[in-house]
Amino acid sequence: MLDDFLVRAALAGLGLALAAAPLGCFVSWRRMAYFGDATAHAAILGVALALALSLPVFAGTLAVALLMALLVGTLSERGLALDTVLGVLAHGALAVGLVAITFVPGARLDLSAYLFGDILAVTPADLAVIWGGGLAVSALMVWRWQALLTTTVSPDLAWASGLDPRREQRILTVALALTVAVAIKVVGVLLIGAMLLIPAAAARPFSRTPERMALLAAAIGAVSALAGLQMALWFDTPAGPSMVCVAAAIFAVSAAASALRG
Amino acid sequence: MRLIEAKGMTVALAGQVVLRDVDFHVDPGEIVTIVGPNGSGKSTLLRTLIGALRPEAGEIRRKPDLRLGYVPQKLQIDATLPLTVGRFLSLPRRIAAAQAQAALDEAGAGTLTDRPMADLSGGQFQRVLLARALLGRPDLLLLDEPTQGLDQPGSAAFYRQIEQIRARLGCAVVMVSHELHVVMSASDRVVCLNGHVCCQGHPETVAQAAEYRALFGTGTHGALALYRHEHSHSHDHDHSHDHTDHVH
Ligand SMILES: Nc1ncnc2c1ncn2[C@@H]1O[C@H](COP(=O)(O)OP(=O)(O)O)[C@@H](O)[C@H]1O
Ligand SMILES: [Mg+2]
Repeated sequence: MLDDFLVRAALAGLGLALAAAPLGCFVSWRRMAYFGDATAHAAILGVALALALSLPVFAGTLAVALLMALLVGTLSERGLALDTVLGVLAHGALAVGLVAITFVPGARLDLSAYLFGDILAVTPADLAVIWGGGLAVSALMVWRWQALLTTTVSPDLAWASGLDPRREQRILTVALALTVAVAIKVVGVLLIGAMLLIPAAAARPFSRTPERMALLAAAIGAVSALAGLQMALWFDTPAGPSMVCVAAAIFAVSAAASALRG
Repeated sequence: MRLIEAKGMTVALAGQVVLRDVDFHVDPGEIVTIVGPNGSGKSTLLRTLIGALRPEAGEIRRKPDLRLGYVPQKLQIDATLPLTVGRFLSLPRRIAAAQAQAALDEAGAGTLTDRPMADLSGGQFQRVLLARALLGRPDLLLLDEPTQGLDQPGSAAFYRQIEQIRARLGCAVVMVSHELHVVMSASDRVVCLNGHVCCQGHPETVAQAAEYRALFGTGTHGALALYRHEHSHSHDHDHSHDHTDHVH
């Protein structure tokens, strides 16, 4: 069954939806959208390094995404003017990565695969990485769920309950880096942020509890992945952006429905 | 044994010293009220006691396994985070529905379980925060301006309720308040803060003092007058702690 590239593509999309949904909820609740972008964009630098050093791309992106996420996390703990700093880091990392990758022989040809994903070329080995990473992120989210939520509601309430909000922030950082490394093959660095945020945003109006929002986001992410893939086949459009188009359409319907409901 | 004790505590925020050389302690079961003008470091003191801020100097000692209940001055929950009152009470420890209901009843918010946190009025929100703080069976309850948004009778009722909770749970209470005249009878001790401890004492003694009668005889404005009085002469020299003498 895994011999069929379409089946592999569908499974890759579902694996990403699994990891992105709960994490995307935290990215939304904690206003970390730029944080996600900075981490994802830095991953292109990881691709360049991995290709130059003949390392697996997953290892390179994970390492650089982790470094970037830790850097951003440290800056935010220092209380710097975050919006600006994150904007500079997000765009700067992308530009540096794009320049760096031109020095790697042959990589230029593949560039759009890393920017927008190449889900139809997912190998069984890629699939193992995607599902391994996706399950690891989900397990991390389930394990720390209560502590992460408390910290998100209020770091001070977390301190008073004997939790350490800095530790929870670091756990989110690791989860984000893992998700970026997993998602790069599926939607590429430019659209990872979209797959984090859009399903969560579409789920919000129909959720009364955080758990429901995360589950609904996972379902919306999964539908977007599968429908986007179908769209890519029918219209010969790029698969990653097609998935994001479907997610955005679901968001538009959800927003309109909640506006009508009042 | 003291529940918590801070000695020579200095706390800085963004490079500015906010609290200087503060000694503060709470004994089991006592109600301590902290008063002081805006920006005097009351919230900073509470946040340091819960461990959210590290003092630059001095030390804080806690009774081992001290259970804290904390009600922050303000709490902004992001609009994208859906949270009902019942779900909020189950953070970080999941609790049974009956237990949540009991805590809400105790805090006077019994009908709110299924309401989204975002829909609550200021007073309802404070009560839910109080209910959550009570759920942990605290040894020490820290309340940062818990009566903001309540009118005067509402505040008075709230303080009576705090006394009842103290009697029932046996917990100590530290409360930040602007309404010194209303909390008087409920407090065992009043601490006046303005970047440092200006004065402290038993409220009955304070209430008997001629200065107090002159300043607190008439409503809310009296409380503010005390602050001005205390701070206008105690700030330019370093002997402000001696200022407590006429209170004791
Ligand atoms: N996060 C912060 N960063 C920098 N300064 C702060 C911060 N929070 C409070 N301050 C400053 O610390 C001082 C004490 O604030 P606070 O403890 O909130 O006073 P109070 O609760 O008595 O009104 C104020 O001057 C305030 O401006
Ligand atoms: Mg305050």
